[in-house]
Amino acid sequence: MDGMTQASRWTVIGQLGEIPRQGARVVATAVGDIAVFRALDDSVFAVEDSCPHKGGKLSQGIVHGHAVTCPLHSWVIDLQSGEAAAPDVGCARRFAVRVEDGRVLLSVPGAAS
Amino acid sequence: MNMMSPQRQRLVVIGNGMAGMRTVEELLKRAPQRYEITVFGAEPHPNYDRIALSSVLAGEKTLEQIVINSREWYAENDIRLIAGDPVVSVDRLERTVTSASGITVGYDRLLLATGSKPLAPPIPGLGLPGTCAFRDINDVEQMLAAAATHKRACVIGGGLLGLEAAWGLKRRGMSVALVHLMPTLMERQLDIAAGTLLQRDLDRRGIAFFTNGQTEEITGTDRATGVKLADGREIEADLVVVAIGIRPNIDLGRAMGLEVNRGIVVDDGMRSSEDPNVFAVGECIEHRGAVFGLVAPIWEQAKVCAAQLAGDEDAAYVTPALSTRLKITGIDVFSAGALNAADEADEEITFADAARGVYRKLVLRENKLVGAVMYGDVADGGWYFQMLREGADVSAMRDTLILGRAVATAALGTAAPDPHAAVAALADSAEICGCNGVCKGKISATISELKLTTLDAVRAHTKASASCGSCTPQVESLLAIALGGEVQKPAGEKPMCKCTTRGHDFVRKAIIAEEIKSIPEIMRRLGWEKPEGCASCRPALNYYLLCAWPGEYVDDAQSRFVNERMHANIQKDGTYSVVPRMWGGLTSAKELRALADVADKYNVREVKVTGGQRIDLFGVKREDLPAVWRDLNAAGMVSGHAYAKGLRTVKTCVGSTWCRFGTQDSTTMGVKLEKMTWGSWHPHKVKLAVSGCPRNCAEATIKDFGVVAVDSGWELSVGGNGGIHVRATDKLCKVETEAEVLEHCGAFLQLYREEARYLERTAPWVQRVGIDYVKQRIVEDAEGRRALHAKFLHAQQFAQIDPWAERAAGGAPAEPFKTLVPAE
Ligand code: SRM
Ligand SMILES: Cc1cc2nc3c(=O)[nH]c(=O)nc-3n(C[C@H](O)[C@H](O)[C@H](O)COP(=O)(O)OP(=O)(O)OC[C@H]3O[C@@H](n4cnc5c(N)ncnc54)[C@H](O)[C@@H]3O)c2cc1C
Ligand code: SF4
Ligand code: FES
Repeated sequence: MDGMTQASRWTVIGQLGEIPRQGARVVATAVGDIAVFRALDDSVFAVEDSCPHKGGKLSQGIVHGHAVTCPLHSWVIDLQSGEAAAPDVGCARRFAVRVEDGRVLLSVPGAAS
Repeated sequence: MNMMSPQRQRLVVIGNGMAGMRTVEELLKRAPQRYEITVFGAEPHPNYDRIALSSVLAGEKTLEQIVINSREWYAENDIRLIAGDPVVSVDRLERTVTSASGITVGYDRLLLATGSKPLAPPIPGLGLPGTCAFRDINDVEQMLAAAATHKRACVIGGGLLGLEAAWGLKRRGMSVALVHLMPTLMERQLDIAAGTLLQRDLDRRGIAFFTNGQTEEITGTDRATGVKLADGREIEADLVVVAIGIRPNIDLGRAMGLEVNRGIVVDDGMRSSEDPNVFAVGECIEHRGAVFGLVAPIWEQAKVCAAQLAGDEDAAYVTPALSTRLKITGIDVFSAGALNAADEADEEITFADAARGVYRKLVLRENKLVGAVMYGDVADGGWYFQMLREGADVSAMRDTLILGRAVATAALGTAAPDPHAAVAALADSAEICGCNGVCKGKISATISELKLTTLDAVRAHTKASASCGSCTPQVESLLAIALGGEVQKPAGEKPMCKCTTRGHDFVRKAIIAEEIKSIPEIMRRLGWEKPEGCASCRPALNYYLLCAWPGEYVDDAQSRFVNERMHANIQKDGTYSVVPRMWGGLTSAKELRALADVADKYNVREVKVTGGQRIDLFGVKREDLPAVWRDLNAAGMVSGHAYAKGLRTVKTCVGSTWCRFGTQDSTTMGVKLEKMTWGSWHPHKVKLAVSGCPRNCAEATIKDFGVVAVDSGWELSVGGNGGIHVRATDKLCKVETEAEVLEHCGAFLQLYREEARYLERTAPWVQRVGIDYVKQRIVEDAEGRRALHAKFLHAQQFAQIDPWAERAAGGAPAEPFKTLVPAE
């Protein structure tokens, strides 16, 4: 996946309960801010916190289904693929993330931590 | 890049308007490489949809939205566009045209599409500043400028253009008078009964009519001040729009020696009679004695002319039957063919339902329909029009014909009463969109080929319903039929967004009637198609619930736009700006000191005085927000809600305390208003202002609720805003006491909270419902006013909690502000 070219490693970033449903939290990493989303159905996604349009903070957008609407100019970004919904074109970088025993683990590329 | 072939011929088009460019479009479809094309346009714009100027004037579309061919389009198609430079002469021997600025271009084929000119009768005063026609962007810009700064308009001419101009100006907040030479309106398209109904409805919407009015003079010396009629009537006006008709623009055609009557004479192939290399299309031509003023025949001319230019010498133009509609929202008029029986052999059938405001007349000749006039309900216009064009024999349904398609065909035993049946029954060749000449078959085919599911998509791909919009119901029906009748729409209301078929008003009513109290419940009960909604419907629903159930409904932060969730304005770099309240624009040394300290302590990058009379701190980091607020709270400052669809600022001037002209203490009044209204949520932002005298230094007349002090009390006015479309307030009433000001303000805001649609500011809302309605609820109905005010105050009990204090003290979740830190 995205982290393939760089060394990455799984890092615990917090408890699932710390991310609001239909919301996101930001994780500061060596490759920049990553937005970790939690959907209404508790699935979790991680994409760079920067909209492919003009760098809007996706973490601050409104989450609906498995998508987020960017707060700056309302592009809709699919959280699964990182792709902007048509007619807009662009892709936000994705990161691997998983939940284990209520803890959220993020595969942080180049993680020196 | 274009492969240049040596034998490419040169085509020069004079007139960058609807006819000329449609011909070029048709030509590019048929023979993209045949010509090297140069287009001259007198107007400095690319080709735009002239029809839609009425919608621009009425505030329904922007100028950008009506461009048909952008400059990029010309470039992509390798067309040289010389805009803003009219052609002044043509040399038919040398085959060259020369423009005003001296550009000379040679041609092999020349196309004249110079349109028409507004009729300018020899009325003294015409041409003064403050007078204009209604033909192009320049005219619309003049009207909009006048509407922004002046109050009264007078339109001369009660035809299609005059009425659309009058309505647009009315929508822009002017008081409008309309002078018409004849006893009834649109007498060329409507019979007396329909014309009278039209006048009655527009009169109710506040347009003052002066029929049988012969204009004698436009008065004024430096600027128009009014209109004088021959019978002595006088009308005061700061803007006079003359829209009494058009005449073909034949100046150039005549100068170059072409045969010219009323228009430039062309044959069935759109060729001038003098010169086989010169063609003409559009409103500048005369074909078999007829001249033109609607686009439907012009699209036919464009097709024929393009075919001829592409080498098809057989293409021949036949004028189609024409129909007319009026583009005034909520007023439905349809007319085609004969208005009245011509002689005793003709039959007239009429139908009138005064209560519903519906009127219909059909004219029959030898069992065929030769005319139709409809008012109020025009859904069957297309059906009648098709029978009229086809010359269908209607004798079998003669008795029920007037009752419309559903009844007439049911009587024949052929159709069930299905709302889409009328459209379903049309032949594929039936024209649906008269403006853009799109027929049913084309629309249906495009829907199924491209699997379109929305009206907007159909508009984008076929142009149907994209201009005047009056065929929208038929296009929607075609979509419904294509999608298996699944798109059901609550009558007349636009869906809130793509997640639902329900409109705003329907949802609001359902929330109250069915006592729905949460967003998921609304979505479930009202059948949302997308279970979690989207960023457009969720904030609206959250607001509707909050407004309906104050104190009960728990706000859903995740359904709020970031600014309202964070209680600060997000900036383009992801930092925030912080604006504390400064009551009525007043501040103190203590507050300023606290602001200065915060600015230093948190590295605020810019400190700015806002247009709302307070101070904005820019570049605050998300993590620092709670601490910034804590420090500001300590100095007694609270959130200014500069981010809210809610009460923003109350601007004031110094007023009688200091000002030599002040008649009342406007500052204190402003502070009292702000204390009463702060924290309230609304469909959109709300701004108030109080000025101490009519000099109005606080700009109260472009606010949502404006107060202007006069010697004997306070003038109240509502529904103003700045923004792209500046709108001055409408006067509400005058009151004497401070308590009355507060009561009127609270009541007005509550009415707006309860009845406007989400993201509709007071200006468009007041425009939509009419100031008379607002007056009736707020001024005339004293008891209703008190009740609304009481409801407002009740809701405020739960709203007036400073969100900053709440978050700084940890009373609301802190997560949104903090960054997660990896554990290791
Ligand atoms: C800060 C300020 C400019 C300034 O430095 O002076 C400002 C800044 C913004 N205005 Fe404004 N407006 C500011 C006074 C005004 C005024 C002046 C006034 O209130 O007297 C107007 C014209 C009056 C009016 O509202 O009718 C004004 C008319 C607008 C509009 C057009 C509104 C309309 O109805 O058409 C928008 C766009 C919108 O809301 O959709 C807008 C939108 C914005 C936004 C929110 C754009 C955005 O969505 O990000 C800007 C936010 C900047 C920020 O992050 O803080 N701003 N804006 C002013 C804040 C006033 C305050 O203290 O709260
Ligand atoms: C407000 C308004 C509403 C309307 N509503 C409707 C409607 O609802 N339905 C309908 O069917 N029709 C409507 N019409 C009529 C429709 O817009 C016209 O029939 C159509 O625009 C005519 O096209 P045209 O190309 O002949 O003229 P135009 O579109 O006027 O184009 C002619 C162009 O030629 C330019 N020109 C003139 N002389 C020269 C020169 N010497 N050199 C270079 N350029 C020159 C002009 O500046 C102009 O841009 C409306 C018109 C107006 C003004
Ligand atoms: S005028 Fe435009 S740029 Fe300036 S603050 Fe308002 S919205 Fe922003
Ligand atoms: S930056 Fe996200 S939509 Fe523009």
